Amino acid sequence: MQTENLTEILRQHPFLAGLSDAHMEVLIGCASNVRYAEGAPLIQEGEIANTFYLIRTGRVALETDVNARGKIRIQTVGPGDVLGWSWLISPFRWHFNALAVAEVRAVALDGECLRKKCEKDHDFGYEMLSRFSHVMERRLEATRMQLLDLYTTSPGAHV
Amino acid sequence: MYIIDSTELHNLMEELIKRGYLLIGPTVRSGAIVLESIRTVDDLPRGFGDEQEPSHYSLKRRNDAMLFGFVVGPVSWKKFLYPPRLTMFKATRAGKSFTIAPEGTDKNRKLAFIGVRPCEVSGILMQDQVFTGGKYVDRAYKAARDNAFIVAVNCTVTGGNCFCASMGTGPGATRGFDIALTEVLGGGKHYFVASAGTPRGEEVLGAVTQREATEPESRSALDAVARAAESLTKRMDIRELPQLLKDNFENPRWDDVAKRCLACTNCTMVCPTCFCSTVEDATDLTGMHAERSRRWDSCFTLDFTKVAGGNIRPSIRARYRQWLTHKLSNWMDQFGTLGCVGCGRCITWCPSGIDITAEVDAIRGNSVHA
Amino acid sequence: MKHETIQPPAAPGEGLRLHTVTVKKVIWETDDTFTLQIDLGEMGETFSFLPGQFNMLYVFGLGEAAISISSDASQGGMLAHTIHRVGTVTTGLAQMKRGDVIGLRGPFGTAWPITAARGKDVCIVAGGIGLAPLRPVMYAMLRERTAFERIILLYGARSPLDLLYRVELEEWAKEHNVEVLVTVDRGDSSWKGYIGVVTSLFSYLKLDARATVGYVCGPETMMKYTIDEMERRGLAEDQIYLSMERNMKCAVGFCGHCQYGPEFICKDGPVFTLPRIRHLLDKKEL
Repeated sequence: MQTENLTEILRQHPFLAGLSDAHMEVLIGCASNVRYAEGAPLIQEGEIANTFYLIRTGRVALETDVNARGKIRIQTVGPGDVLGWSWLISPFRWHFNALAVAEVRAVALDGECLRKKCEKDHDFGYEMLSRFSHVMERRLEATRMQLLDLYTTSPGAHV
Repeated sequence: MYIIDSTELHNLMEELIKRGYLLIGPTVRSGAIVLESIRTVDDLPRGFGDEQEPSHYSLKRRNDAMLFGFVVGPVSWKKFLYPPRLTMFKATRAGKSFTIAPEGTDKNRKLAFIGVRPCEVSGILMQDQVFTGGKYVDRAYKAARDNAFIVAVNCTVTGGNCFCASMGTGPGATRGFDIALTEVLGGGKHYFVASAGTPRGEEVLGAVTQREATEPESRSALDAVARAAESLTKRMDIRELPQLLKDNFENPRWDDVAKRCLACTNCTMVCPTCFCSTVEDATDLTGMHAERSRRWDSCFTLDFTKVAGGNIRPSIRARYRQWLTHKLSNWMDQFGTLGCVGCGRCITWCPSGIDITAEVDAIRGNSVHA
Repeated sequence: MKHETIQPPAAPGEGLRLHTVTVKKVIWETDDTFTLQIDLGEMGETFSFLPGQFNMLYVFGLGEAAISISSDASQGGMLAHTIHRVGTVTTGLAQMKRGDVIGLRGPFGTAWPITAARGKDVCIVAGGIGLAPLRPVMYAMLRERTAFERIILLYGARSPLDLLYRVELEEWAKEHNVEVLVTVDRGDSSWKGYIGVVTSLFSYLKLDARATVGYVCGPETMMKYTIDEMERRGLAEDQIYLSMERNMKCAVGFCGHCQYGPEFICKDGPVFTLPRIRHLLDKKEL
């Protein structure tokens, strides 16, 4: 029953859209349902990265500590988004903090478990990597746009 | 068609003066033929011709008494209809508020343009489109235009940079004039074949001459214009040019011309169709009086597309491309014609001798469609 | 008709005549952006505008700036302009006090085709000061809220302190059934909202692409990404409208400054259908 529910939840998440039943079965073995109250941390900078989250509801803010400037919020992720890919890439450590700014319901996937399955089943591994690279590409594009600081000027307003 | 003998041309001028017109026409000044206020036939450049090549203009003596034996000088008629500088309004402070007194050209000033070349007539018609053809009307322009009497003189000589035939604007005028003249000199005769293009032109002609042109006289005039057409050496291939330029936004030729273009704005200042302007606001030292004036601007200046934190067209490449593409492509979308009349001024007065016809040829040659 | 923007009739006074109008109130929206409320006085009897149009505002002796109208088009005699203080004229406007007089001519330009959106979902995407010319759209739609299905507003700003119309944003969401999603480029720990580019907000929406009209206004780069996102989600290009901006001196097509390829932003725009200008959007130094 529990597994069936989880499958249903995973099926609805855009990150896994169109994933084959066989791959879904592989994935489900590493998945668990999680919930975080507002203000609760999901990820701590410097800790071992062994999870990623498929956000179902709520909002997670990514923060980084810039010493004297305090904590800077860089980005938020919300329903339908994926949080975290450091579990994929050595040295498997988080580079930022993440905390729930509105109560979060998500599916947590065990990174170590997934890494093993990816290595055992390369087709599955390819499926995961291609989905993650898509997410990374979009995230990178968005970050570039954010860096442009577009709202400070506009082409007509100069007088 | 009527005949005005060369010895009677002053009658036409006097008739126009009598009707309250101030005459503007070609006259020799500082080594060039310019357009200024004239009063008599003697002010015209009798016996003068001009020699034009890319980046070259010189007056030369003709061996005859032609009154209009030259083509176009550095000044176009544009400045009489659309002045280089115009005070738009003056404002005076009154407490927290201020009052505005609109200015503008003298609405009663009537100008008669003597010797408007057919390409220039087309230039005026193109500016009519810009300033009076749309939803908004430039009232100062319209007033000056309504008060302008146009005596066109068809071209029987051509210059080295002329390409009016390619643009369909010359060497003979077909519309846009009150009176059109063709100067005929030969066989011991010197006369003008005249036709009217408007009722008021007809009226003026009627007051000046009654003698209708004979068939041989009319033929001589037509032949003279036809010979001029044949003598044109410069051409612009305008077949599907608007689209060609749209397709060649990234043609390497723009880089090439950018190395030669100084962005000096000469071409835009001498062009009879260029219409861009900017405004300047100023106050006097007391801060009580303010004035806004409009002056000619050019798409070649860096300020033209200045925006907060940058510029839309920082490179000369982009500015030259804007100028040429506006004239020969975008103008068609905006006003239904090309924006170039083929007068060749931009070629003559370019310090680098950039030739718009050669640039078009080169782009056609490199074209992505070639 | 439905694929075209609205070309309203010419502004009074043939567009070039300046009228004097009185400043009613200056409201600071952020550190560098303020809303100037103007009493049109006598001019108000003949003045009317459509959402998306702009005015030329003149400061005595300093010059003019093109500023979009940000108030409710049904409130005839009162106008509001939300202005980013960046140069001489806008700084002059920023120093105005109640009762001061400025010059105004307008309104100019094309309008958002709101009637074409009746019976449909409307997705408005605004970036920075780009929300200002869209506020009259909100007012117009909310006046007949039932004529439209979903109204979605995605709004991106630099930081929480740069958000315009915060009170109204909440009101629209709470009282008028508008789906308001706000994001900022950078936040601090007091900001509980979204952080990230405005296009990222699309992932939190389900759009009925075939029944949705898109209105976009903001920096050009932001608009390009937004268009990509809208099309990725199936919006037809002729259902997407955007408002462009360029340096302009005259607002009536005479000065040549605002040319954008064959278009004059001042009279053919500022609001364009996407098909009309999409071939120009990626041209550099156009």
